[in-house]
Amino acid sequence: MKLDFVIRGSDFINAGEASSGTKKALTRLGISPKAIKRAAIAMYEAELNAVIHAGGGNAEVEIFSDHVQIRVIDNGPGIPDVELAMQEGWSTAPDIAREMGFGAGMGLPNIKKNSNDMSIETEIGHGTTLTIMIRF
Amino acid sequence: MSKLHSVRLNKDLCVGCTNCIKRCPTQAIRVRDGKAQIAEYRCIDCGECIRACPHHAKSAVMDPFEALDNYKWKIALAAPSLYAQFGAPATRTMVLAALKNIGFDDVYEVAIGADIITARTNEFLDEARRDKRLPLISSACPAVVRLVQMKYPGLIDNLVPFDAPVDITAQIARRQSLEKTGLIPEDIGIFFISPCPAKRTAVTNPIGQDSSQIDGVIAISDAYPMILAKLEKLTPEQIHSLDNKLMATFGGVRWGYTGGEAIAVNTEKYLAVDGIHNVISILEEVENERLRDIEFIEANSCTGGCIGGPLTVANRYSAKSRQRGYIEEAKKLAKDHPDHIYPYQYEQASVWTKTIDPNPAMQLDSDIFKALEKYEQMEQIVRNLPGLDCGACGAPDCLALAEDIVRGEATETDCIFKLKEKIRDVASQLGDLESAMNKLAHDNHVVRTSDTESGE
Repeated sequence: MKLDFVIRGSDFINAGEASSGTKKALTRLGISPKAIKRAAIAMYEAELNAVIHAGGGNAEVEIFSDHVQIRVIDNGPGIPDVELAMQEGWSTAPDIAREMGFGAGMGLPNIKKNSNDMSIETEIGHGTTLTIMIRF
Repeated sequence: MSKLHSVRLNKDLCVGCTNCIKRCPTQAIRVRDGKAQIAEYRCIDCGECIRACPHHAKSAVMDPFEALDNYKWKIALAAPSLYAQFGAPATRTMVLAALKNIGFDDVYEVAIGADIITARTNEFLDEARRDKRLPLISSACPAVVRLVQMKYPGLIDNLVPFDAPVDITAQIARRQSLEKTGLIPEDIGIFFISPCPAKRTAVTNPIGQDSSQIDGVIAISDAYPMILAKLEKLTPEQIHSLDNKLMATFGGVRWGYTGGEAIAVNTEKYLAVDGIHNVISILEEVENERLRDIEFIEANSCTGGCIGGPLTVANRYSAKSRQRGYIEEAKKLAKDHPDHIYPYQYEQASVWTKTIDPNPAMQLDSDIFKALEKYEQMEQIVRNLPGLDCGACGAPDCLALAEDIVRGEATETDCIFKLKEKIRDVASQLGDLESAMNKLAHDNHVVRTSDTESGE
């Protein structure tokens, strides 16, 4: 089963709609609360990254009987140093995002912590595709 | 009478409008055959439908006053929100004395149970910090606990695992009155004078315990006229009969409105939210780990807290103003007569003995493959619905109708727009049929005419 979402850049008011929609769907399917929570947190962080850094993008969610695959695709600036970005506390978020309480540099580490598998494809100037897998 | 829920529909008053179905936070209500129906498995007893119904067709199922007759020793438990139903010159002692005199042998303040829980929550907070179970979510409002079970099962472990103030007060009342009267437990009847129907459900269908110490729950609105009448004719003797009564602190009394519980918890990092729809948006934030800096959440289903309960009488804003008067009175009592304060420090808050299970009411099917299939069908159906969320089909919105169709409880033509489309289709088919028949008739006629012609 597939769900598609559009993520709008710098739209902090509606940020989180994609992960909240995914969470609702997983609840409907009777997935365990713990797995839903992990999926919701990981996807929310990924969604926020696209909102803050990449001018928005798309989310594609594919739900299977034993896992969910979440892909967040953006056409943003790309991540120059993935290893550095994976470190807790590292952030390149603009002031406007920080003032709103975002951009504490916990995004990618938190996604990794909550997912069973995570991969980043990124190209400078072209964008980033983040793929997250969460087993139920 | 249902043990599971305490909201009842009066079919004669229900006109089948959309007010309640639209306001229900768990989409538990549908209008079928022109009357509202509550799906019990989805009701959390928040009482929103009681408030929303302009025709007063929804009411709470509470215990009648006659239930007192079954007991030899009758005790009333006064909710913190009860005091604020009455204005000056009534004092806390006067309200309690009047309550006692409507037919009870003794009264206890539920605020005492609140004092105990506050003390224990502060100890438990350290434990929760260690176990990383933050934020703690108050479990005092039963509607919120049931909401968590149904929509936020991932947060069950964040709930404060103690019985509610009213249950703890009931335990104390029973223990002390057994000692005092020498009666057997069955002879003692404990009645809660409650601002909400959810508290009655918490007695017939307890949360976190196998059975409740409370024997009955009477609506504040039912007791109000009787208490008012007694208040007006209260004698000095009746007031003095409570002179030796140990009272709650101002902190316990303050639980009557939103924020009163949270402010007493030993943390600056607290949040107090009220109104069931606002509670939902906060729980949503907690579940997304967006409130990492919050350690304690007080969540009340009713706007204003318990003083805004559906079974209260006074306007919640004036009640809040009055409540402040009762709080000041309680502060003064503690200062002038510290020996009149109930020694809450020495009481334990009973911990839940029964696990709080997730309620799978939102689940489309217990089989994941079937659930996936149903979800896809639902998505497909909703794409074909008008998306106006008008409620005319009896479901609160188009998605809910799609769900009902998938569950086999409704059909697409319950949607009046779909029905119109179908009628139009049928009409145009009939039209086609008519013109086809006409053509046939005409052809026949032509044939016949030509037959005639050729016959000439």
